[in-house]
Amino acid sequence: MGHIEQFLPRPLRGDTGGQVMFAVLIFTVVLVALLNLAVPASSSLHLSTYAVTLIGKYLTYALLAVAVDLVWGYCGILSLGHAAFFALGGYAMGMYLMRQIGARGVYGNPELPDFMVFLNYKELPWFWHGFDMFWFAMLMVILVPGVLAFVFGWFAFRSRVTGVYLSIITQALTYALLLAFFRNDMGFGGNNGLTDFKDLLGFPLQRDGMRVILMAISALALALGYLACRYIVTSRAGRVVEAVRDAESRTRFIGYSVESYKLWLFVFSAVLAGIAGALYVPQVGIINPSEFSPINSIEVVIWVAVGGRGVLYGAVAGAILVNYAKTVFTGALPEFWLYALGALFALVTLFLPRGVVGLWRAKRVEA
Amino acid sequence: MPEDGGRPGVWERWAGRCSGRPAIEGLLDPKLLNKKTRQMRSPTPILMLLVLTLATLLAPRLALADDAAFTAAAAQLGTDDFATKEEGVRKVLELRHAGSKPLLAALLDGRVFVRTADQHVFIVTSADADPLELIEPVTQKSAGTGKSEDFSKITTNNRLRKTLRGAIASFDLADSDPKVRSASVKELLRTLDEDTIALLREQLTKEKVPRVRAEIEAGLAVADLQSPDAKTRLMAVKTLENSLNSDAYNALASMATPAADGSYTESDLDVRNAAGAAMRKIQGKRSLYAGLETLFFGLSLGSVLVLAAIGLAITFGVMGVINMAHGELMMLGAYCAYVMQLLMPNHIGASIIVAIPVAFVVSGLVGILIERGIVRFLYGRPLETLLATFGVSLILQQVVRDIFTANNRPVETPQWMSGSLEINEAFSITYNRLYVVIFTLAVFFLIQLILKKTTLGLKVRAVAQNRPMARAMGVRAEWIDALTFGLGSGIAGVAGVALSQLTNVGPNLGQQYIVDSFMVVVFGGVGNLWGTLIGGMSLGVVNKILEPYSGAVLAKILVLVFLILFIQRKPRGLFPQKGRAAEN
Repeated sequence: MGHIEQFLPRPLRGDTGGQVMFAVLIFTVVLVALLNLAVPASSSLHLSTYAVTLIGKYLTYALLAVAVDLVWGYCGILSLGHAAFFALGGYAMGMYLMRQIGARGVYGNPELPDFMVFLNYKELPWFWHGFDMFWFAMLMVILVPGVLAFVFGWFAFRSRVTGVYLSIITQALTYALLLAFFRNDMGFGGNNGLTDFKDLLGFPLQRDGMRVILMAISALALALGYLACRYIVTSRAGRVVEAVRDAESRTRFIGYSVESYKLWLFVFSAVLAGIAGALYVPQVGIINPSEFSPINSIEVVIWVAVGGRGVLYGAVAGAILVNYAKTVFTGALPEFWLYALGALFALVTLFLPRGVVGLWRAKRVEA
Repeated sequence: MPEDGGRPGVWERWAGRCSGRPAIEGLLDPKLLNKKTRQMRSPTPILMLLVLTLATLLAPRLALADDAAFTAAAAQLGTDDFATKEEGVRKVLELRHAGSKPLLAALLDGRVFVRTADQHVFIVTSADADPLELIEPVTQKSAGTGKSEDFSKITTNNRLRKTLRGAIASFDLADSDPKVRSASVKELLRTLDEDTIALLREQLTKEKVPRVRAEIEAGLAVADLQSPDAKTRLMAVKTLENSLNSDAYNALASMATPAADGSYTESDLDVRNAAGAAMRKIQGKRSLYAGLETLFFGLSLGSVLVLAAIGLAITFGVMGVINMAHGELMMLGAYCAYVMQLLMPNHIGASIIVAIPVAFVVSGLVGILIERGIVRFLYGRPLETLLATFGVSLILQQVVRDIFTANNRPVETPQWMSGSLEINEAFSITYNRLYVVIFTLAVFFLIQLILKKTTLGLKVRAVAQNRPMARAMGVRAEWIDALTFGLGSGIAGVAGVALSQLTNVGPNLGQQYIVDSFMVVVFGGVGNLWGTLIGGMSLGVVNKILEPYSGAVLAKILVLVFLILFIQRKPRGLFPQKGRAAEN
């Protein structure tokens, strides 16, 4: 092991869980690509495109969970509004994809997306300009959640809103955005959201290979996001952040600018969530205001809690575990899913404060 | 009035006099009739006599002249010609026979049929039934049944229905209930002609209730605005000055404002100026009442917020516990109201009263269960409490979905809560909103009383302020925790009963209020019930003031954004706790 460690990126050294996660991630991507593309559809080993999309979706959720774990697990900021950043990233991507449809829409208007024609828009609203360029859309995927998180965090952290209060106002933030995006005259498609996407950078989204590529990009984004977070938490700044979590006033009195640490961590986390959302949209094929609903944000928190907060690969494990369970349950016993999720909330907080990963770690310590 | 030019109404009035019925005599008092009618009256008696004789000839079987005239008039309804029908309606009205009103009402309902064989007119109980159940119009007694093919329905047109409504209203003028009279005045004012004006003038001399009087006066004054005499018009304008009637306002506005070409419909300058002044006066009053109405809407919305938040203010404010299942406890309360209504279907009014204690107990017990089962292991870890109780909320939602299905359940509004309290024509208050405001205040002061004046309240405050010290004094802190949580949850249930009267009762009821109620508690200042009351009420009023300018959704968003900014300026709310308790 020691020999291999030298070749690993520095943040991964000494992070056994992370190394395992990377190995699994690479293995999965290769396996999925092979099973979907190389194995013929008639074979029992063939992996359906639906399954590929599902895995890709889980990976974007995992990235969102990592973003939440970064602020909650390491800095003690329980954000109940992270799905808002996710959805904003998604909308930025969705707007690019809408513009790509061009004249192929139902109404055939080369300039206006279908819903705008339907709602009698005469011209493109100002905030839709530029979204026909991919680079601009990607910039917005990062900037929109980032700037919102910066403004929100700047106000919140400077006036020392902490703990439950912060959780409640983040929830209010996403709730306000939910209401706003439901309005037809906001220019984001109202409650139908944005859908009917055709292609991304000229490649049709419906082609099989495209799904595998999107999944692979999601895996790459997760890997890079993980490395970046790992880099932050192992750095000196990361230690300060953990100190803020454990004793905020004390850290402040030692002389650290607690607000700046919190703010930049929050902004970075929001950007990660936005990127996850941007990757989510082309795979799922739709973005609508329900993504802003407070319950989505709270669900993300429960993924992290199940996986084990304060451990980055725990968040990844939690997101994939809970979402896999959700897929299975809602397929087999739809009415049972809320019971299961509710029980998960209660039981994990009562009996597994360190999550699934905590169980594993405790065993290792005993051994 | 002009559309009825040349109609034969006056003859029938004369016929009415012949029948010797006192109710209509006032109509014929020359002093009360305006000039025009009097002019029309003079040449007609002979003609009238002719018609009456004819009518009497048509119904020879009936002994009493009264009944004979009535039957004759009724028979006129059976003709195909609408003008004749209208004449018949007028005759039936003028006769003031005991059968007049039922016949006219039935005609308006489309329940009057004529027998094809002998042109005899019957009222039927239901127009769609076959055989038809017949009622003799004169005696109001059953006249057996008849095959529907032997009868044809008497049809009405718009104009006839208008006449009918006016005619029925004139009967209601004699009703002993001022509300019925007031409604009939409104109906009559809609079909204003010399007849109705005369009728109203006569009613004015008898009417004792000031509100009905004012309505009649305003209505007559609106009619007088058309008078050719400038003095009459001026008087009418002066009368209308104090009216809030929108017809009056529109009439005055059309007099005082120039048309597109700069000409005025009102020729007299004095009258025009007076109309302008009156219009501005009414405008001022109306905007005052509109303001009052907005304030009241705001208070009633605020009451809902306060009701939703007040239980939370206890669990969150006093105990420091975040209960995300609070909304679901309200939902349980709303379902209690629904279940009580199912159990007592014949006493809807009482069921809602019974539902209040039931909801308190049900939600309170569930609350105690949550506290004993989950929350007590998590004291001092608010974020974990938040997540665990959120899990409970999901389970409660699903339980309700499994029992009552995911559809919204209808909760009927009891009789005494429907309708509205009409203070004047520009300002009325619906009873359900009014009761919610009163109910909220009652609940609020009851909780204050419990917390400030009872032993339980004393212990709750003691544990909240200094737990170890309270325990040292012999307070069973664990027990008090459970009871406090139960109290907060029970209040949520009671709030749910109130909500069942205002919104749809469904599994998602609680979720709609959870963000709002947290914001109210935090805005008012945690641990301060007065803060919750004032915070909730002011948020409600601000919301309603913004609504006309921005629309309901945007108003809500603006309020949320305002709250987010406010909490960041003053993290401890409007009324922060002071002293030692604030240190925690």
